[in-house]
Amino acid sequence: MSYTILKKVQAAPNEYDIWVKAPQIASHAKAGQFVIVMADENSERIPLTIADTDKKEAIRVIYQVVGTSTEKLAQLNVGDALSNCAGPLGQPSEIPEGKQTLVIGGGVGIAAILTIIKTLKEKGNHVTTILGSRDREHLILENEIREIADETLIYTDDGSAGKKGLVTDGMNALFEAGKRFDAAWAVGPTIMMKFCSLVAKEHDLLIWTSLNPIMIDGTGMCGGCRVKVKDTIKYACVDGPEFDGRYVDWDILMNRQKQYSKEETESEHVCKLGGIHPSQSKEGGLQ
Amino acid sequence: MNAQERKKQRIPTHERKPQRRKKDFFEVNLGYEEAEAVNEAERCLQCTNPLCVKGCPVNIDIPGFIKKITEKDYKTSGEILKQYNYLPAICGRVCPQETQCEGACIMNKMKHFQPISIGKLERYVADWNREKTDSKKELNISKAVNKKVAVVGSGPAGLTAAAYLAERGFEVTIFEALHLPGGVLVYGIPEFRLPKEIVRHEISDIEKLGVQIKTDYIVGRTITIEELRDEFDAIFIGIGAGTPRMMGIPGSELIGIYSSSEFLTRINLMKSYDFPRHDTPVRVGKNVIVVGGGNVAMDSARSALRMGQTTQFSHHDTYHPNHVKVVYRRTESEIPARIEEYLHAVEEGIEFHWLKNPVEYIGENGQLKAVKVQHMKLGEPDDSGRRRPVPIEGKFEVFDVDTVIEAIGQTPNKLLLESFPQLKLNRRGTIEVDQNLMTSVEGIFAGGDIVTGAATVIEAMGAGKQAAKSIINYLSDDSDSHHQK
Ligand SMILES: Cc1cc2nc3c(=O)[nH]c(=O)nc-3n(C[C@H](O)[C@H](O)[C@H](O)COP(=O)(O)OP(=O)(O)OC[C@H]3O[C@@H](n4cnc5c(N)ncnc54)[C@H](O)[C@@H]3O)c2cc1C
Ligand SMILES: Cc1cc2nc3c(=O)[nH]c(=O)nc-3n(C[C@H](O)[C@H](O)[C@H](O)COP(=O)(O)OP(=O)(O)OC[C@H]3O[C@@H](n4cnc5c(N)ncnc54)[C@H](O)[C@@H]3O)c2cc1C
Ligand code: SF4
Ligand code: SF4
Ligand code: FES
Repeated sequence: MSYTILKKVQAAPNEYDIWVKAPQIASHAKAGQFVIVMADENSERIPLTIADTDKKEAIRVIYQVVGTSTEKLAQLNVGDALSNCAGPLGQPSEIPEGKQTLVIGGGVGIAAILTIIKTLKEKGNHVTTILGSRDREHLILENEIREIADETLIYTDDGSAGKKGLVTDGMNALFEAGKRFDAAWAVGPTIMMKFCSLVAKEHDLLIWTSLNPIMIDGTGMCGGCRVKVKDTIKYACVDGPEFDGRYVDWDILMNRQKQYSKEETESEHVCKLGGIHPSQSKEGGLQ
Repeated sequence: MNAQERKKQRIPTHERKPQRRKKDFFEVNLGYEEAEAVNEAERCLQCTNPLCVKGCPVNIDIPGFIKKITEKDYKTSGEILKQYNYLPAICGRVCPQETQCEGACIMNKMKHFQPISIGKLERYVADWNREKTDSKKELNISKAVNKKVAVVGSGPAGLTAAAYLAERGFEVTIFEALHLPGGVLVYGIPEFRLPKEIVRHEISDIEKLGVQIKTDYIVGRTITIEELRDEFDAIFIGIGAGTPRMMGIPGSELIGIYSSSEFLTRINLMKSYDFPRHDTPVRVGKNVIVVGGGNVAMDSARSALRMGQTTQFSHHDTYHPNHVKVVYRRTESEIPARIEEYLHAVEEGIEFHWLKNPVEYIGENGQLKAVKVQHMKLGEPDDSGRRRPVPIEGKFEVFDVDTVIEAIGQTPNKLLLESFPQLKLNRRGTIEVDQNLMTSVEGIFAGGDIVTGAATVIEAMGAGKQAAKSIINYLSDDSDSHHQK
């Protein structure tokens, strides 16, 4: 199996939008699911949301370069292949029919809401979206989403696109204008999902958030991705990744995401220096 | 010691010194030299009614392969092994011989005699054949039978079923969820006990039989069981007992608490011990506690020791020793681990605390700082026949630790089972099978840990072989007349 990159565009200063040949995954993927990829055979296994599919052929993922693994991925170009790609993983989004829905995306999280919005529209729902980002440059997929959603609000930190403010300001504005929703989604930085969930809670609104704890296998085998929802431990990779944000213990999630921050800096350091690990020179003499 | 005396005692194998080996991941046991293997083989009485064979779950012709060692005919010896066991270099290293073949050896019944080192001899022969024989050897594959079998999972159960069927002319495809084949042999059992090179070699032998292995294939997600049924004549499910059981006590979400599966997967499959050359990190603190008393606990404890403290940037420059304790809620005589692993752990300086059980994890700023353990005593025997541990009221102890690894067992991974609810399950969530290892769904067979719950490599292989035989019967019944048996 060769997971060749068929298309690659830079979506934002540090974000890439790629199509990867993976017919078996493309034909089985549903909204809300993700893949685990490895750029090369020494890479970490990292989870990325399936942003779109071409049913017969390929999947689309949009990723932000934040550390070693995503950096390695960014070095691959059209014609290169990922060493591994497994999926689709996770439970598909629970898509209602004929309802009023609100879908919020922040930063690279906007990638994850594209298929949700598409599927919601296919099922006859009314979709209002709020997109948020740092500035205009970092705002991805705006045109694609405007085309499908019934209504799109934009918020940026510096006001360079849409209104100046946070996506939660958008939520509050909608509620103040008397809008009511049957279900909502929020995907973005953890802190954004936490605050969207607080707003939703005030309005008794079901809000699906896509949790992004550190994962390894993505198949329920290691327990590393455990999160606390409604006081019970869940494995985000098989029970989620979407959970009702009103019941997620956000502080635990944020704490667990920091687990390897030191090591991540170190790995990047070595990677950038192109340094050789001492263990490469195999220690001689067994006894 | 005269020659007669010597015959009573088994010839020991070479082992690397604890002080040296506890800092690296190279193999601990170095096996026999040729002369030693021959001498050990000569101790075997060549019983006409060999008890050892009954003790081996796949009934290897033990006196047969040992006899060939005495004749220095290692090639034939290896061929005898391969008739029963496709993974002899692995079983020779990891079988709990003391409760299986060696435990049954007649020598145990004779005063002052030690049983034959069957496992170490098996390992010797398998290693000899791996190193010395031409890899392009002729394969004994029957004529194609035009039947396709799908095998789900590439652990010992799946590999064995696949090899047995391929040898008999079936077209076999293995579907494996992870990026490497081997199951627990690659992601669980550490390098210092079972070098991955050996696993790779034994798997490539199986591929030479024509077995196709598709990795990154999560059955139930990448392909469904229904789709497999359309394409294949029969299916074997050997997906193991992959989900870690966790204590679930207060504080379980703190940083520093791992399931053994996560800890060992990071180290073995993702090669954290070679971080940052491999990208996946693992964090091990100065004071480590491993909970449990099985092979998994021993592997976790010894891996933690070898990693040393790896919270600091410099872990790959110098080895910073740490303290590793195992806490187990019963006593030494109840531990389910292989005796060799337990003894190795003791030699390496791992501290054992019996009759203690964690009840709470205590943290600071989200990081684990201490573990509160309850003292236990042994009560009445439970289902397993072992005496049940019961808490001693009010007796607690607190250990300062920064890393805990829970190794308290595995339960079936539900991913495939939930995607195909037609499969009938047992009370324990394992797959229900009949005496032919067929599941409640016709044409779908299952074996290994997913049927028995966490067990052993050789039992999983035995199940793989039995299921393969049933599949052959099933598929020939199906095409020939239905009068046959
Ligand atoms: C279900 C799911 C879907 C995701 N979808 C996307 C997506 O569509 N686009 C995107 O850009 N990002 C996505 N992420 C996040 C992405 O997986 C991480 O950014 C990536 O793993 C970082 O790896 P790195 O080595 O480049 O960075 P590192 O330097 O290793 O880490 C940076 C930060 O990323 C997080 N992280 C690190 N390793 C992992 C891991 N194995 N699993 C999860 N998080 C990790 C940690 O919080 C860490 O502090 C998703 C995460 C999850 C769980
Ligand atoms: C750390 C550790 C140490 C051990 N030490 C010993 C020892 O010393 N001696 C001994 O005899 N036994 C030991 N065991 C037990 C032994 O390894 C197992 O009993 C044996 O591996 C079970 O084999 P299996 O083929 O049933 O499953 P596994 O080896 O678990 O293999 C199952 C495979 O199926 C794959 N899979 C799961 N779901 C899917 C899916 N939906 N689609 C595709 N693939 C899937 C998994 O990724 C895995 O590769 C140990 C176990 C562990 C965890
Ligand atoms: S396979 Fe295991 S039980 Fe059987 S003879 Fe070999 S070591 Fe003993
Ligand atoms: S029982 Fe012991 S002595 Fe007898 S054949 Fe088996 S290994 Fe040899
Ligand atoms: S990533 Fe391992 S259980 Fe979820």
